[in-house]
Amino acid sequence: MQEHDLSWVRTEMALAQAAPPSQVGAGAWMRNNLFSTPVNSAITLIAALAIVWFGMQILNWMFFSAIWSGSDRTACLTTEQGGQLPAGWSGACWPFVSSRFGYFMFGRYPVEERWRVLLCGLLFLVLLVPLLTPRIPFKRLNAILFFAVFPFVAFFLLLGGYFGLPYIETQLWGGLMVTLVISYVGIVTSLPLGILLALGRRSKMPIVKLLSVVFIETVRGVPLVAVLFMASFMLPLFMPPGMTFDKLLRALIGVALFASAYMAEVVRGGLQAIPKGQYEGADSLGLGYWQKMGLIVMPQALKLVIPGIVNTFIGLFKDTTLVLIISLFDLLGTVKQSISGDPTWATPQTAKTGYVFAAAIFWVFCFGMSRYSQYMERRLDTGHRK
Amino acid sequence: MATQDLGLRQPAKESLLYDPKFRSLAFQVVTVLVLVGCIWWMVDNTIENLRRSNISTGFAFLRGRAGFDISDRLIEYTSDSTFLRALVVGILNTLKVAAAGIVLATIIGFLVGIGRLSNNWLIRKICTVYVEIFRNIPPLLVILFWYQGVLAVLPQVRDSYSLPFNSFLNVRGFFLPAVIWDGAFLPSFSWNGFLPNIDWSPVMAGRLWLIDIAILLAIAMAWFVVRRARQRQAATGQQFPVFWTSLVLIIGLPVLAFFAAGAPATLEFPQKGTFNLTGGANIKPEFLSLLLALSFYTASFIAEIVRAGIQGVPKGQTEAYSALGLRPGTGLRLVVIPQALRIIIPPLTSQYLNLTKNSTLGVAIGYPELYSVGGTTLNQTGQAIEVVVIFMVVYLSISLLTSLVMNWFNAKMALKER
Repeated sequence: MQEHDLSWVRTEMALAQAAPPSQVGAGAWMRNNLFSTPVNSAITLIAALAIVWFGMQILNWMFFSAIWSGSDRTACLTTEQGGQLPAGWSGACWPFVSSRFGYFMFGRYPVEERWRVLLCGLLFLVLLVPLLTPRIPFKRLNAILFFAVFPFVAFFLLLGGYFGLPYIETQLWGGLMVTLVISYVGIVTSLPLGILLALGRRSKMPIVKLLSVVFIETVRGVPLVAVLFMASFMLPLFMPPGMTFDKLLRALIGVALFASAYMAEVVRGGLQAIPKGQYEGADSLGLGYWQKMGLIVMPQALKLVIPGIVNTFIGLFKDTTLVLIISLFDLLGTVKQSISGDPTWATPQTAKTGYVFAAAIFWVFCFGMSRYSQYMERRLDTGHRK
Repeated sequence: MATQDLGLRQPAKESLLYDPKFRSLAFQVVTVLVLVGCIWWMVDNTIENLRRSNISTGFAFLRGRAGFDISDRLIEYTSDSTFLRALVVGILNTLKVAAAGIVLATIIGFLVGIGRLSNNWLIRKICTVYVEIFRNIPPLLVILFWYQGVLAVLPQVRDSYSLPFNSFLNVRGFFLPAVIWDGAFLPSFSWNGFLPNIDWSPVMAGRLWLIDIAILLAIAMAWFVVRRARQRQAATGQQFPVFWTSLVLIIGLPVLAFFAAGAPATLEFPQKGTFNLTGGANIKPEFLSLLLALSFYTASFIAEIVRAGIQGVPKGQTEAYSALGLRPGTGLRLVVIPQALRIIIPPLTSQYLNLTKNSTLGVAIGYPELYSVGGTTLNQTGQAIEVVVIFMVVYLSISLLTSLVMNWFNAKMALKER
């Protein structure tokens, strides 16, 4: 018998072949993501047309048709309105922003004293940037400087009255500076207050728990405008006759209390996510309540809720605009004031220009914060996710 | 236990300070004492302050003549009405803008949220850009932008933009044709002391009660059809086109009744004069700016909630319904959305509450909602405490009511386990 071995064994690997042209490259990507079905193609075309049209309108308004120089309203008026621009013109009136820029940043803070605000801002940045950059050491010292020392330095620097600096009353403060002061104070006070309230809400002591719940739910149930209103009308009523409160301070108290109630709920979420074993472990090590919370529970809980904390900060930053309702002039307040109270720049385009400018500033701050929180979230994600 | 019996523990020497029960009791007593002290001090100061400025306390001022006008109102009001009526007008305006805002924000939010999950790259990007722009800009700024930047620079009345259906857009807002009914749909309420006085005569005067009855009848019949169809499907497996039947019932019956009653309505078109438009319905620019700003802002948050909710449903569920042979549309409706809603509803509730609370921002542009009317009342009477109490009561009850309704809906939607 003769064996015929018909099988064939390949001795070397077949070379990998290039993917078919229909699966790679820009063409395939477009086929998959833009023109996968007839309906999708139609949607893509309509959306693209809309983007081009709106994009052209916006770019045109902001840059191509915009007015870049001028000394008063006549620069931004059409012939019908008493200016030189062609009828039907529409575009941004940037000289309005540049001429009022100092007011938008500092309010009525005296021009010759504005270096103090700038110095304060510089100090803020010098302390904040290393605090936010994970690679830079000395975090503890940095945090103490930023949260405990900086507020006092800023207080004396901005308000003055000591060390030969002239006293600048808070009535003159305004613009972006007030926005940042309120947000900073709100952020620095709301986190510790919120942690205390969250601990109170989860406490085993019934009275402490009840008080925390009542405070948190009441504050969360009413709008910030009403809280600010209470702070500005009721606080003076509660104080002994003759004792007056600074308007800015009243707003600060209102904002801090409001933010702390929201912060408390965020922290509580983190506390609830910590397994019971961690509490029991800390107890079995013989740690006291504050040691247990400070060394074992809080570090884990706070790490879990960083996105929530930053979201609360972003909300707080946006909410600082509401102080304009109790007639304090933050960034939005100064912009509004310049639009409706200043005839030098009264044109149909002024309001749009001013608000687009303010929106851009707010957007940069909020977007920056949310991006940083996403970065931190990824960095701290030491969990055991598969 | 043996050691205790031997008397080795010496409780007498242990300081009370180390007894957790005593410590917690002592701490709570101190807290209460401090709190009571603070409140007593504040109340004392308040009484003293009020005495000095000659303000009487109590809610009697609510019966006084208000003396200010409110341009945007849902119920009858003149400057001769009482403060109470003014506050009710304010509450109704708050509810009006909140309800319209919630509807608009939900529609935009769901569209954008689903758009962020589209397979179309361009749509995904557009929706992302929308969300990132609107949620990072303060809502008050957007309100002012619409009010002062867009609506305030619309043309004057004589150069109004003419829109289809004889409606107009100008600096005074949006003018639409109005439907004028002969009579009223609802009885008029008035308060006689604490008892409501219900007057049915305006309803009975016309023939509108026919439409009222038709609407009620249609709802009852639709409910019955839904019940029967469900029973039949459970028993026999046969399906019944419930949706279309109820739609026909709920729209058809009132329309029939409308014609049976002899079409008791006329359309009133706005008439253009030199200085003003008369007749028709008017949507005020204050309301429009507040509505647009609040709903665009809240929609950006709702979009994120919707996206997270749909992404929160495991992919296995999609694969499972495909394996069962359901078509994508049916599967989405019967499998994915009910599960996504469970994740979506709780955060959606808090967004609705935020929108309602943010309606107080209307005060910045003079929309007469509760806060703004309350502020005017306070300025005229100086009754700070009472006005604040009214604010607290109203906003807290709106919050609680919305939470209750949404919690009920949530419980209905929740996973039924054992």
